Amino acid sequence: MPDAAPGPLTLFEKVWRRHLVLERDGQALLYIDRHFAHEGSFHAFEKLRASGRRVIAPGQTFGVADHYVPTRDRARPIPNPEIANMVDMLGRNTAENGIRLFGLDDPGQGIVHVIGPEQGLTQPGLTIVCGDSHTSTHGAFGALAFGIGASEVAHVLATQCLWQKRPKTLRITIDGRLHPGVAAKDVILAVISRIGANGGTGHIVEYAGEAIRGLSMEGRMTICNMSIEAGAKAGMIAPDETTFAYLKGRPFAPAGEAWERAVADWRGLASDEGARFDREVRLHSDEIAPMVTWGTSPEEALPVTALVPDPASESDPARRAQVERSLSYMGLVPGQKLSEVTVDRIFIGSCTNSRIEDLRAAAAILRGRRSAVPGIVSPGSSAVKRMAEAEGLDRVFTAAGLEWRDSGCSMCVGMNGDLVPAGERCASTSNRNFPGRQGPNARTHLMSPAMAAAAAVTGRLTDVRGLTVGEAA
Amino acid sequence: MEPFTVLTSRAVPLDIANVDTDQLIPARFLKKPRSSGYDNYLLYDLRFDEAGAPRPDFVLNRPEYRGAKIVVTGPNFGCGSSREGAVYALVDAGIRCVIAASFGDIFFNNAPKNGLLPVVLPPDQVAEVRAALDGACAELTVDLQAQEVRGPGFAFRFDIDPFRREGLLKGIDEIDLTLQYRERIEAFRADYLAERPWAGVRG
Repeated sequence: MPDAAPGPLTLFEKVWRRHLVLERDGQALLYIDRHFAHEGSFHAFEKLRASGRRVIAPGQTFGVADHYVPTRDRARPIPNPEIANMVDMLGRNTAENGIRLFGLDDPGQGIVHVIGPEQGLTQPGLTIVCGDSHTSTHGAFGALAFGIGASEVAHVLATQCLWQKRPKTLRITIDGRLHPGVAAKDVILAVISRIGANGGTGHIVEYAGEAIRGLSMEGRMTICNMSIEAGAKAGMIAPDETTFAYLKGRPFAPAGEAWERAVADWRGLASDEGARFDREVRLHSDEIAPMVTWGTSPEEALPVTALVPDPASESDPARRAQVERSLSYMGLVPGQKLSEVTVDRIFIGSCTNSRIEDLRAAAAILRGRRSAVPGIVSPGSSAVKRMAEAEGLDRVFTAAGLEWRDSGCSMCVGMNGDLVPAGERCASTSNRNFPGRQGPNARTHLMSPAMAAAAAVTGRLTDVRGLTVGEAA
Repeated sequence: MEPFTVLTSRAVPLDIANVDTDQLIPARFLKKPRSSGYDNYLLYDLRFDEAGAPRPDFVLNRPEYRGAKIVVTGPNFGCGSSREGAVYALVDAGIRCVIAASFGDIFFNNAPKNGLLPVVLPPDQVAEVRAALDGACAELTVDLQAQEVRGPGFAFRFDIDPFRREGLLKGIDEIDLTLQYRERIEAFRADYLAERPWAGVRG
């Protein structure tokens, strides 16, 4: 319960306090508003079954088939029995427990972090969890949203609460407006390269400043999505008119009088004037150019105009070893121009960059052009797919020679079999360039959708600012 | 859950920063049932070559470190994906403690729930512990009661919050603990939804 006269509070503190059930031995028991469960949740359901417990609030959990779903030939049975079993198990576990499922055949199906917002399930001020680290995406609405493991999933299913140590707060302010050709993805890659892959560890990040305020909800979701790649527990952005306009009229959003009351409450969530953060970081939009990763951690990112780093210039031996290790895995030479690195394929999709705005940005570059390399485009949800097709974006991609697929996690993590072959180099709009992430010995370069489209056109890492927007179709 | 009190064991040095959970257990193994054991999937692409043969140079395959229950490694261990399979793989391979300068938050939360203790020490102390593992197969003692890591010529104290420490020492099931507060949770929920009815799920 809130203390009297707490003084100025941050957005995070306001959401935290309204969910605090009790404290014990330095941990808080937090009430959880929404829980999403994907195919990987089978460990948690098994744990619950083994202990004879039940799901305490099935109406607050939503099942989503995304990690293992095929992105083509959906009319046919899934050929790999182990993959089919993962999708089937989610169906059984949700049905047995009375949980609403956005399954393979549901018109609302999609990647969990795309459909939560799309359905209006994601709202400001809520606590949202899912057994997936990119749950931080939902913080774009001013929710406190974070990824959890299977034991915590079981705990939420059984109690609708979680024990948490109170994190610290970090405000990252991006001043100025983003320059042409610079997208939300470039902002977050610039932030991660600045503060490091563990720069946000133990913290909740609040993103603020003119550049953030100027972003659409799609852009804000891209930023919050990759908070975890800076090690942060969650990312948050104060809700504003952009947020409310996105949510209004969505299936699970409040309606009528409840909408008015909700918006009035949500307006009060922004960090108070004078609220204190444990740490502050500031960047200016002038410092942010189109980015690509060159290594095997998202912190290993540079402007596309830069050169591949030279480990010999690293004075710290541990850092030097890390750079050498990354370059060896990536097959890159120190001092090489990043813009001369050729790619073998592209991937446009994932919970980071598969929303309608992302597809529009990629299509704007690809319109009237051919892709020099193979690639797939996987929309973030079945609804995004329908919208893109109504706008003719699918025809832009297919005319360029790319594959237009169904929605799922796809080649970001390859669980459904959409893999980058060993040794191949992929320009990808996903979130992780870890060794083996897109397949054993696959080499991943992370970038924005427009940059991935530019790489498709030229067959190498390319500064999108040098490409004019494609011809009208 | 198996309690953790005092552990004395060989320790294996894993000299890599940012060991992410995709490396700890590649995604393709996550559809396997736990009942078959996850030990063979641990760091699979580093331990085994393309043909599935063990890479003799990789530290976990070297005979002098066989049977180690402690890993000493680089910063940001367990970053990335929330997959608890990363912890299962370590635990099923006999690892009970990982010592590093920092951990990914989700891994750090998942580990103790499976009886695996993540110990955070300052970078210079991690370096000293690491140095003790060269050559001879040094044994380390990790004492959760005393909150100490001891080895040849050093004893370093580590921090752990009391909730987590007690949970590990006694092997407490957190769900049992939480369900003791069931009435308080229900009362909280009623007040919460009365104040903000829109926060409940519609329909």
